Amino acid sequence: MSFGLVAAILGYLAVIAWLGYRGYGTTRTAGDYLLAGREAHPYVMALSYGATFISTSAIVGFGGAASRMGMSLLWLAFLNIFAGIFIAFVFFGRRTRRVGLNLDAHTFPELLGRRLDSRFVQVFTGIIIFLFMPLYAAAVLIGASRIIEVLLSVPFDVSVVVFSVLVGAYVILGGLKSVMYTDALQGTLMFLGMLTLLVVTYARLGGVVEAHRRLSALASLIPEAMGDAGIRSWTAGPAPGSPMAWVIYSSLVLGVGIGSLAQPQLALRFMTVRSDRELNRSVAVGGVFILVCVASVYVIGPLTNVFFHETTGQIAVDAAGGNPDLVIPLYLDQAMPGWFSVVFILVILSAAMSTLSSQFHAIGTSISRDIIEQGLLKGQEVKGGGVVLVTRIGILVSLLLTVLLALEMGGGVIARATAIFFGLMASCFLAPYAAAVFWKRLTRAGAISGIIAGFVTSAFCFLFLHAGEAAVFGLSEAIFGRTTLLPGIWTVVDPMVFAFPVSILFTVVVTLLTRVENPETVEKAFSGIG
Amino acid sequence: MLGLGDFSVFAAYILCILSAVLCVIYGVVNWNRGDEEISTEKAAEEARWDAEEKKIEDELSGQGGLS
Repeated sequence: MSFGLVAAILGYLAVIAWLGYRGYGTTRTAGDYLLAGREAHPYVMALSYGATFISTSAIVGFGGAASRMGMSLLWLAFLNIFAGIFIAFVFFGRRTRRVGLNLDAHTFPELLGRRLDSRFVQVFTGIIIFLFMPLYAAAVLIGASRIIEVLLSVPFDVSVVVFSVLVGAYVILGGLKSVMYTDALQGTLMFLGMLTLLVVTYARLGGVVEAHRRLSALASLIPEAMGDAGIRSWTAGPAPGSPMAWVIYSSLVLGVGIGSLAQPQLALRFMTVRSDRELNRSVAVGGVFILVCVASVYVIGPLTNVFFHETTGQIAVDAAGGNPDLVIPLYLDQAMPGWFSVVFILVILSAAMSTLSSQFHAIGTSISRDIIEQGLLKGQEVKGGGVVLVTRIGILVSLLLTVLLALEMGGGVIARATAIFFGLMASCFLAPYAAAVFWKRLTRAGAISGIIAGFVTSAFCFLFLHAGEAAVFGLSEAIFGRTTLLPGIWTVVDPMVFAFPVSILFTVVVTLLTRVENPETVEKAFSGIG
Repeated sequence: MLGLGDFSVFAAYILCILSAVLCVIYGVVNWNRGDEEISTEKAAEEARWDAEEKKIEDELSGQGGLS
């Protein structure tokens, strides 16, 4: 490890610590709100949201996936901008902020629980986050560790452990405080790093159009298995109805694109904004941020094939030893100047830390506020160190689970693990969450039915229909003697394609068949909303 | 089509840029909207929310006793 790199990393950590110390102010009073308390800068808000949203999972995992599947993943970038920023901020953000404030809700499960006056909803949502968030956190951790593995020539297992210790220390030293300035610095580094990577990649390959042409010309090099599955060119969409079309459009594009609307750690960001004005302004900054940080990944990923073909005679995934998660790290190492590797290590630290801290913030509050306070203590607020201690143990357990998952899941899993988590959250919570903030008529019975129906359908699909997971769990094989219950194309259709509509159906139909149980709460939740 | 292989990828490429442009236009047009005058009562509510949020974060960070 060079002196320059060590100095850069230490300098970076010092700045993060300083920003964390400075940015975390004292509680504001009512007077502050009336005067100058609502001045959160839109740049800070948007980049904080963007840094939480986009992680090493997107940059390394989806970049690697794009190197195999091609530029049709740009549809995901489109949804990330249109749904993840525009619809999220303009529609969901405003409502979530107001309902959250009206009901004094501070976590995603608490928002649902208080809106429906349902302890069960809050506790169940908290448990789902506690149990499944480590899967997404592991994807982020693997992404960061792959970069360290290649750029610093450290074995993968070692880089997972070292990075986990770094993140653990960050979390313990106060990284869970939502210090927007820290996130904004990390977002800025990500933006500049990805912009540089995109510009250098296009410039090296002869410009935008020429780079695309050269990639199109490599269609004959697409591996036979990928070709049979439907990939015809890295600059064209997969064959309609092919297995790859289902994987790309149902799992990656739909699951992750729509799933971002029901992400607990992102919904939380809306509640901490001071006014609708900040949300409006953030749309402008956020849209450009996601364009540069995400769309560029789905362009750079496929274009690495041109680079590796010219330098090694191999396509990207072969040059990376068959592991798509290693494509982007290897490209950075071989195609970029040495100084850029140093900068990119900081970009990766930023992308991973900002997302991981928000993930463990969500896990931590799920344990303390949702599971312990509402589930075990039945709503009694308990003072003292007991809850803090149990919360910390809980965070430590999920950090260890995350590390174990990262070490056990193997290669090429980042995009899939992320898609499972995003799809599951959308299947269980998007319909009830959207109804909770937009539809006064929503009933508790309707929301609970939607959540349970989405969860049960997802679980059934993962265990009995979707080949990728059903083969790992082996339950279908044990009971029915076959890996999946349905044949052919159904084995690659993402569970969300079934579970999300089922969840919508149950939410709406059961709501229409029942009466609103808590009209006073509904009035309170929607007070001030036209 | 920018050297791209088919219309679907070209459309996605362009839609990414257009949706970012849409975000910029929306943000600029509404730059000063949404900062409504708030009542004393609402300000007190926001301050209460903020105090509770700080308490949660202090507890998570193990600094509840310091503030």
